[in-house]
Amino acid sequence: MITNSVIVAARDLRMRYGSNDVLDGVNFEVRRGEVVTLLGPNGAGKTTTIEILEGFRMRSAGSVMVLGSDPSDANEDWRARVGVVLQSWRDHARWTPRALLSHLGHYYEPYSTPERTRPHDVETLLRMVGLDEHADQKIRLLSGGQRRRLDVAVGIIGRPELLFLDEPTAGFDPQARREFHDLVHRLTDLEDTTILLTTHDLDEAEKLADRILILAGGRIVADGSADQLARDITREAQVRWSRNGEQFVHATPDATSFVRELFEQHGTEVTDLEVRRATLEDTYITLVQKFEGGQNAEGLTAFEEVSE
Amino acid sequence: MNRTRHAIKTGIDRGWTEFLLSLKSPQDQGFYLFMAVGILGYLWINRNDSIDGTSLLFPSVAMPSILGGLIAFGLVIGPGYSLAMEREDGTLLRAKAVPHGLTGYVTGQIVLQSAGILPSLVIILLPGMLLFDNLMQNGAAGWVTVVGVILLGLLATLPIGIILGSLVPGVQKMGTWGFLPIMMLTAISGIFFPMQSLWGWVQGVAQVFPIYWLGLGMRSAFLPDEAAVLEIGGSWRTTETLIALAAWAVVGLFLAPRVLKRMAQRQSGSQVEAARDQAAQWIR
Repeated sequence: MITNSVIVAARDLRMRYGSNDVLDGVNFEVRRGEVVTLLGPNGAGKTTTIEILEGFRMRSAGSVMVLGSDPSDANEDWRARVGVVLQSWRDHARWTPRALLSHLGHYYEPYSTPERTRPHDVETLLRMVGLDEHADQKIRLLSGGQRRRLDVAVGIIGRPELLFLDEPTAGFDPQARREFHDLVHRLTDLEDTTILLTTHDLDEAEKLADRILILAGGRIVADGSADQLARDITREAQVRWSRNGEQFVHATPDATSFVRELFEQHGTEVTDLEVRRATLEDTYITLVQKFEGGQNAEGLTAFEEVSE
Repeated sequence: MNRTRHAIKTGIDRGWTEFLLSLKSPQDQGFYLFMAVGILGYLWINRNDSIDGTSLLFPSVAMPSILGGLIAFGLVIGPGYSLAMEREDGTLLRAKAVPHGLTGYVTGQIVLQSAGILPSLVIILLPGMLLFDNLMQNGAAGWVTVVGVILLGLLATLPIGIILGSLVPGVQKMGTWGFLPIMMLTAISGIFFPMQSLWGWVQGVAQVFPIYWLGLGMRSAFLPDEAAVLEIGGSWRTTETLIALAAWAVVGLFLAPRVLKRMAQRQSGSQVEAARDQAAQWIR
C-alpha cells in the first residue's frame, strides 16, 4: 500500500460568478490518511471548493484531481470510493434510519472488494453513530443532532476512501460534538479514510486536523498544522508571571530565553509563570483581517508578514 | 451494465418502499379519500341525468372520462411535484452522491408514481360499481382495454411529469407551471362535459394533448358502441388514440432522460441550502 500519496490536488483552481472571483487560484494537496480542515470566513468559497472536489459543481478554470480522476467527469466507480456528508433538511421524512441506510447501502454492493467490503453493516454503523436506539423511528421525528449523525452515517455507508464533510458539527451540542470527533478518529485509524472538512469551529479544527488550510480572499493563505501556523504567522508569545503579588505580562518572539533571563534575575520570586503561544484563533483572525478586509495595516503591524 | 441493472433493482425496491409508506401515511390517505368522495358525490348528484341520443345515464359516461383525466393529472402533477420538492429538500442530491444513485432514484419515481394511480382507481371504481349500474358494459374485453389504455397513458404522461418537475424553478411555482395549465387542459378535454360544445379551435388544441385521448380511450373501454355517436366523428377513433398516445410516449421518453440529466447535473448542496432559505421566506 502506498502511503503519503496525494489523493486530492487542486492547481490554480478558479471560480467566477459573474464578475466576482470567489476562488482566485487555489492550490493545495491532501495526502492519503490525512485529516485536513478548510477554514475561512463566510463567503470565502469553502463550500464552493468542496463542491467542486465532490463533482457537484463545475469550476471556471484550473485543474483538480481527486482519487486519480477529474471529479467533473468521473464515473460511478469513482463515486463509489468517495463519501459526501450532506446537510439534510427534510428529505426521506417518512423513512427510518435503518431503512434509508440499508437502501443507500445497496447501491455499493457491486463495488465491494476483498480489501474493502462495501457497504458497511447497517447495525454496526447505527451503533457507531449512536443511532441504534432511534433506528426505527421516522426520520421526520429525529432531533437536529440525530439527523446530522444520520447524515454522517449516510456519508460513510459505502466505506469511502475519501470523505468530504461541509460543516459537519453545526448545531451539535458539546457531547454530540465530542462523539463526532471520536468517530472521525475511528474513521482515520480503523478505516483508512482520508477526510477533508470545513468548519467554523477553530477548536474543532485544532483537535481534528493534521493540517489546516485557511481560505481567504480567494486563495489558500496558510497551510500547516495548528502549531506551525501559530509559530509562523503570529510569532510572538505572551509570558505572564507574578512577583511579590504583582502581575506582569510581556510579549516576546523568543519566550524561552526571556524566561531564562527572568529566572536568572529574580529566581524564586517568580510565581504563576505562564507562557501562551498564539492560539489558532489569533492566527486565524490575523490572516483573515489581512487577506479579506483589504490591507488593514493597523492590526498587522504587530505581526510578521507571512510568506506566500 | 450489470451495475446499472443492480441500481435499477435497488430503485424498484425504493419505489415500492415509498409506495407502501405513502399508503400508510394519513396525509396521502386523506388525499385519496377526499378525491373519491368529491368525484363519487358529483356523480351521485347527477345520477339520474340521461345522456341525449343514447340510453345511457350520466355516471356511465362521466366515470370513464374522469378516470382518464385523473390518470393523466396524477401522472403529470405527481412526478412534477415529487421532483420539484425532492430537488429542493436534498433527496436528489443524496441520490447523486451514491454510485448510479440517479438511475435508482428515477426508477423509484417511476414505480412510485405508476403504483400511485392504483389506490385512486380502486377507491373510486369499487364504490362506483356498487353505487351505479352498468358502469362496465363490455365485460372482460372491456377490462383488458382499460388496462391497455392505462399502460399507454402511463407512457404518454409520466415523462411529461418528469420533464415538468425538472424544468419548474421551484416547488412554489408548481401552481402556475403545473396545476393551472393541467386544469385548463382538463376543462377543455371532454372530461367533465362533451367538448363539442366548445369552439372548433379549442377542440383542436385539446386534441393535441394526451388527456383527451386518455378520456376517449377509457370511454371506448367502458361504453357500448352506440355511445360512440357522442364522440367527434361519431367513432371511438381507436387508431388515432393509439397514435396520439404513442407519439407522446416516444417524444416524452426521448426528452425526459435528457432534461432530467441536465437538471441533475446542476444539483449541489448550496442549491439545497438556497431553497431552504427561500422556503423560510415565503413573502418576498
